[in-house]
Amino acid sequence: MTEFEVAPRTRGHRVGRASLRLIAPLVTFVGLLVLWGLATRVFDWPIWLVPSPVDVADALWEYREFLPRQFWVTFVETIAGFGLAIAIGIPLAIVIAVSPILEMTIYPILLALNAVPKIAIAPILVLWMGFGPGPKIVVALLLCIFPIVIGTATGLKATPPEFVELARSLTAGRTQMFVKVRFPAAMPHIFVGLKVAISLAVIGAVIGEFVGSSEGLGWVILNSQSNLNTPLAFAAMALLAIMSILLFYALVALERLLVPWARHVDT
Amino acid sequence: MFETRSGPPVSALEEIDLEIGEQEFVTLVGRSGCGKSTLLRLIAGLLPVSGGRITIGEREVDSPRRDVGLMFQQPALMPWRTVIQNIMFPVEILGLDRRTSAEKAEQLIALVGLQGFEGRRPWELSGGMQQRAALCRALIHEPRVLLMDEPFAALDALTREELSLELQRIWSDRRTTIVFVTHSISEAAILSDRVVVMTPRPGRVARVVAVPVPRPRAFGEELHAEALARAEEEVRTLLYVREPMQGAA
Repeated sequence: MTEFEVAPRTRGHRVGRASLRLIAPLVTFVGLLVLWGLATRVFDWPIWLVPSPVDVADALWEYREFLPRQFWVTFVETIAGFGLAIAIGIPLAIVIAVSPILEMTIYPILLALNAVPKIAIAPILVLWMGFGPGPKIVVALLLCIFPIVIGTATGLKATPPEFVELARSLTAGRTQMFVKVRFPAAMPHIFVGLKVAISLAVIGAVIGEFVGSSEGLGWVILNSQSNLNTPLAFAAMALLAIMSILLFYALVALERLLVPWARHVDT
Repeated sequence: MFETRSGPPVSALEEIDLEIGEQEFVTLVGRSGCGKSTLLRLIAGLLPVSGGRITIGEREVDSPRRDVGLMFQQPALMPWRTVIQNIMFPVEILGLDRRTSAEKAEQLIALVGLQGFEGRRPWELSGGMQQRAALCRALIHEPRVLLMDEPFAALDALTREELSLELQRIWSDRRTTIVFVTHSISEAAILSDRVVVMTPRPGRVARVVAVPVPRPRAFGEELHAEALARAEEEVRTLLYVREPMQGAA
């Protein structure tokens, strides 16, 4: 056997694994749908109790003009909450990473805030801000700011010491150190926080809609439940899952673009 | 004397009386813990001197200086920067003129043979090439003193020899004062004008060994083999004879 035969074989193996990564979850997903469909047939559950995948698809088609509007409402609330969480969370993390005294002051408050169930805060927010998008955005913000702050602060504190020493030996000031060394070095950690946060932002927006609203996918779920229109509730849930997945992979794509080195450092 | 951050002050270095000439190549050799890296960081102004004085030229060192270049065992190239952006890092920090510095960078890149890799990311380069880029970065602001802390220790033996000879060539060409820390006796002998042999606990200078061999020098070369071997032997004797004292201390 020559060595030339080895290389193409490993490459073929790799391609096989890459497509397997796509096919395996897809097959599993379709299999679960089929099982679900069969179960509704076999056990003969009423449609208002457990609709079949076909019923859900029917509902998606039937409400094809209504649902995208609701999707958009929840999407905007999610993005607004997530954006605000970044705008507040990253500066907060910077303050925490820069000043030990402020870290001691802010961290316990942040922990306490995170410990309060957001669903308990939501009604009060509705009382203060009404039935508009306000409370949804704030709940999304509250739910997703924590991982952003933690991720950013951790990243800012984990600057490789040789980078710090190098910059210091060149008489770098605090601002230069931060802008040119510590912040870029923290980017991979920041993205870890953002990827955790985005799914939480979707959940936060839905919680806000549950408590008091007249639009959005969360409201659709709550409303269709009281009308016993369970297929519509399932359709809304499916759309929420899709939103969450799309947003997550949008962040992954953004990370690849902005932090292409993340996969190449093992710090 | 250097005070550690916690606990009672530990004397890391004692009785170091060392004068390094302009354009001289000096290596610090010694066992781990002899304070050679500490001494290097003191010269760089990265650690506070708690007793004694260090001066570069006329000025006393009490903080980092603009005319010092630093190189570590790890290349410490920033992964978010390309090779050329890494080399230009000191230019940005020191606020030097970009245009003239870019020209200097080009010359340095040619000098170490990194042409064509300017736009690459550090992880696309081999260890030896990364260290070459780090050398360019250490030289871009034309420092008066270049401090190197075991810069080739993480490289494989062949790349290591190759790079030390390249450093000799660059030093002969540019004549920067170099203080070079190493564990390798042969590396110290081939590169230095003088080898400073240090012993640990507390770190002190055992002896300064001169290497009176003309340059260019090369590994395994007949002509200077004897003189180099003699210097190596002297350094080795100093390092090993002191060993029993370590146990007694």
